[in-house]
Amino acid sequence: MELTPIILLLPLLSFLLTGLAGTKLKPAAAGGIGTLSLALSALLAYLTAGRYFSTPRVEGVYEKIVPFNFEWLRFTENLHIDLGVLLDPISVMMLVVITTVSLMVHIYSLGYMKGEKGFQRYYAFLSLFTFSMLGLVVATNIFQMYIFWELVGVSSYLLIGFYYTKPEAVAAAKKAFIVTRFADLGFLTGILLLSYHTHTFDFGILTSGDSGVFAGAAGTTFLGCSVISWALSLIFVGGAGKSALFPLHIWLPDAMEGPTPVSALIHAATMVVAGVFLVARLFPVYHAEAPEVLTGIAVVGAVTSLYAAIVACVQTDIKRVLAFSTISQIGFMMVGLGVSGMGGHDGLGYMASLFHLFTHAMFKALLFLGAGAIIHAVHSNEMARMGGLYKYMPVTHLTFLVACLAISGIPPFSGFFSKDEILAATFQFNPVLGTILSFTAALTAFYMFRLYYRIFWNRPAHYDHAPHEAPGSMSFPLIFLAAITLVAGFIPFGQFVSSDGVAYTIHLDWKIAGGSVAIAGAAIGLATLLYRKENPTAGKLAAAFPLLYRAACKRFYIDEIYLFVTKKLIFNGISRPVAWFDRHIIDGALNGAASLTEKLSLAIRGLQSGHVQQYALLTLGGTLLIVLGILLV
Amino acid sequence: MNILSLFVLIPLLMMAGLFFAGNLKQIRCVVTIGASLLLALAIGLVIAYLEERSAGETAEMLFTADTVWYAPLHIHYSVGVDGISVSMLLLSAVIVFTGILASWKMELLPKEYFMWFCLLSVGVFGFFISVDLFTMFLFYEVALIPMYLLIGVWGSGKKEYSAMKLTLMLMGGSALLLLGILGIYFFSAAAGAPSMNLLEISRTHLPVESQRWIFPLIFTGFGILGALFPFHTWSPDGHASAPTAVSMLHAGVLMKLGGYGCFRVAIYLMPEAAQELSWIFIILTGISVVYGAYSAIVQTDLKYINAYSSVSHCGLVLFAILMLNRTALNGAVLQMLSHGLMTALFFALIGMIYGRTHTRDIREMGGLMKVIPFLGVCYVIAGLASLGLPGLSGFVAEMTVFVGAFQHTDTFHRVFTIVACTSIVATAVYILRTVGKLLYGPVLREEQSHLADAVWYERLTAILLIAAIAGIGLAPLWLSDMIRESLLPIIEHFQ
Repeated sequence: MELTPIILLLPLLSFLLTGLAGTKLKPAAAGGIGTLSLALSALLAYLTAGRYFSTPRVEGVYEKIVPFNFEWLRFTENLHIDLGVLLDPISVMMLVVITTVSLMVHIYSLGYMKGEKGFQRYYAFLSLFTFSMLGLVVATNIFQMYIFWELVGVSSYLLIGFYYTKPEAVAAAKKAFIVTRFADLGFLTGILLLSYHTHTFDFGILTSGDSGVFAGAAGTTFLGCSVISWALSLIFVGGAGKSALFPLHIWLPDAMEGPTPVSALIHAATMVVAGVFLVARLFPVYHAEAPEVLTGIAVVGAVTSLYAAIVACVQTDIKRVLAFSTISQIGFMMVGLGVSGMGGHDGLGYMASLFHLFTHAMFKALLFLGAGAIIHAVHSNEMARMGGLYKYMPVTHLTFLVACLAISGIPPFSGFFSKDEILAATFQFNPVLGTILSFTAALTAFYMFRLYYRIFWNRPAHYDHAPHEAPGSMSFPLIFLAAITLVAGFIPFGQFVSSDGVAYTIHLDWKIAGGSVAIAGAAIGLATLLYRKENPTAGKLAAAFPLLYRAACKRFYIDEIYLFVTKKLIFNGISRPVAWFDRHIIDGALNGAASLTEKLSLAIRGLQSGHVQQYALLTLGGTLLIVLGILLV
Repeated sequence: MNILSLFVLIPLLMMAGLFFAGNLKQIRCVVTIGASLLLALAIGLVIAYLEERSAGETAEMLFTADTVWYAPLHIHYSVGVDGISVSMLLLSAVIVFTGILASWKMELLPKEYFMWFCLLSVGVFGFFISVDLFTMFLFYEVALIPMYLLIGVWGSGKKEYSAMKLTLMLMGGSALLLLGILGIYFFSAAAGAPSMNLLEISRTHLPVESQRWIFPLIFTGFGILGALFPFHTWSPDGHASAPTAVSMLHAGVLMKLGGYGCFRVAIYLMPEAAQELSWIFIILTGISVVYGAYSAIVQTDLKYINAYSSVSHCGLVLFAILMLNRTALNGAVLQMLSHGLMTALFFALIGMIYGRTHTRDIREMGGLMKVIPFLGVCYVIAGLASLGLPGLSGFVAEMTVFVGAFQHTDTFHRVFTIVACTSIVATAVYILRTVGKLLYGPVLREEQSHLADAVWYERLTAILLIAAIAGIGLAPLWLSDMIRESLLPIIEHFQ
């Protein structure tokens, strides 16, 4: 346990080393340093998890341990940013998830990025990202989380824009950063509000269940909601930005411009679930102080997951299909948290949500890495350029199939267990919401198998070179993650993680499970019918609903709305007028004052001519005037 | 000899040395030695200061010295430093040092250029060590005048116009200041203890009625230099025309004179008026913060972008000062330091890029990261510091300001704090837009595809400034504690 800070330090050191040495380091050395330090980190994370979960529970709950904490910056007596490590079931679980996926991506990239220009830079950024993400999950206080939150944001920016000579990559990186920055403004404001009323940043105090902490905010309301509800809603906005929830999801599909292993690590398995983790971290506060916000979270999650699933059905870029599927799955997790209560069977949603986070991280990383292997082989992201790949790439094919079955919720693959629990919890909360999710699950199975068939079966595209199976460094992570996906469902997750920390035994609700498996099976059947072989019905189906089809292809015009707001409203409607106002009105007034002074002095310049006669005349005349004046008055 | 007076003496000696220097080599030798001495002195002072404090020294100002200068008006040459002035001295020394490195290739009248540059430093250092109002004002003027010549002679573009505009506007501010300082002096005399000494005046209580008209004079007077809306327009033109090192020193240090003066004189001596009238200036500075950021979004000249960004960041300094609580004031000082370093780095890099591409228009450049990677990476780091990335100084300063300002019990103040917070989004927009156009994408022009990357003195400039920015960003506690400690006497007036 005392070793946990080292889990974070290793990637940091690796970042500093590879980042500062730059191209002086050989590519292989940079990759080696990065991978090795991650391997050590992962090993330590497993040890920590083993030790943590084998420590006996106290009053039925795993204790929260803070092995390391120091004051980094002090604002007031009560408000100070500490940097530290907090170990509790969810942070330990996240340590395992992050180091595992990150290690797989490190190994995979050795093959995938081989020969790329900027290989060293790539590994430096990967290390930076891993460090930041680890720091985020072990944060002891909300401000530490915000710090690492921003750091993962910037690592994501750097990695999306890795191919910086490509304008689309640069634009995508910028978009990702600015959209999430906008959401972070909500997060920051939420932190300010929360800390103003509770006088603390500390998670330990905030989630202690002592309602005295929130007594300071009692009675303060705004638009009918308590100020704590507002603060928690704003914090959730931050989470929604990072987790790409509707309508802040627009950056994630574009983020696919980054190298594919990066998409696997950051934009599928780890960073995008930061919002879920944030809500889970503050869950006791949400539950006790603002249950109405939780309901809101569930609704946002459901809308997101349905929206993204519909859009995913018509995308033709394989990475974009996966991106929308990620958005949809995160929606599932959010619904899980939103519908959850506290303790025992009521807390099923919480447990299920984090379980899904765990299984999803593995199979979604697997899907992306598989997609990477395919793109590596056919040099294209477009489905039209694929087809019939099963015979060229057997390992990729099989592992991809495993992941597809998992995400579709077919037993005994891991996704079945976690998704089913979310469905059960949702039905228990509200049947309408449950029905929406079930429908989304069916869509999920459909679009995943559409993807699967169009890549591996269907009509083979014309290949200039026969596609080849990925090298060992790339196929090992695929096999490893597929193995986890096969067995992870049987982990008694509730024994480790639950809403109130008390062990909870999962009972499969076969009424729901049977139903959802049947629905998923039907959806897969439909996809098989339409896409197993080239089939004109698919096109006809699209033509039958032209409006819906076009709208889905255009992602329901959300991007266009954003473009309108940013380009037309903010850039041309605010910034340009402000800059014009500054140059012409404010500065104009100043220049006006200057030229007025100049004109005035020109006008009276004649008085200072240097002619003695004129001065004498003026003196005389003036004296006469004064004398006359005195005499007359 | 008082250690503080050395800060004024060394630049004076440098001027004398320059006078006798025969060729460029000797000139460089003189200025490098002088600037290194200043930097060493400033670092030594920080260490000595921290030692004195840890030894239990509780006086408000340390290393004090006092000589009567003109007795009838109670004008003294009186110096002393607290944690705030110590940190400002260190900032000034770093920027003078890097500024000299950045003017390494100065070819036009180098002797005269560096002499004016040294005189400017005399003013800056003298200002931060003074505790006598009149001496302070004197050094303030010494710092302003060389600016006119440095821009007018060594500048570029419409330099005469910019130099005149800048000088006239700042002189206008000085006029307000002089009036305010005389007011303070005469009212302190009326209160029974005529004095020009800051510490003494702070103990005699200025009558509230007189505070009410002096406070706006002083705050506006210093505020003009701190880019207070609507008196900020000298900044974009002035910076755009000034030579690199002058922009660095001006935005990096000179603008800090404004912020420093606002709280050392306006807030410290007139706490009642500050409390009564702060709302007016909170509105103005709130506008500065947001308005500067939005203006920066559409600019196309690199220097204009940075100048408007400075309006926004310096607006935040004044904004934090007006919150009148310890955390926000601490944030204000940190923001001064952070902005000083960041903006100096920006202007240095812009100068280096301009020296290669001969344009500052971002529409005429592109893809430079591939061509000049060292400068490109430094520019990205400067940008990330500016948009408040944790681990770099901007984050520490901004967060201290925001958290501090939000502790204010009035809803008005907290609403304005949130308004100021929104600038973090606009900042990200203009920084990433600039970085994207300037550095990323394919190389835009053929002649830009073979530029030489940074040479040693350019590398040293950038590395020093980045080290300072990262130093504050990674380990802010000692600095923030040093400042916090020194804010106690000021904050006591408000409790």
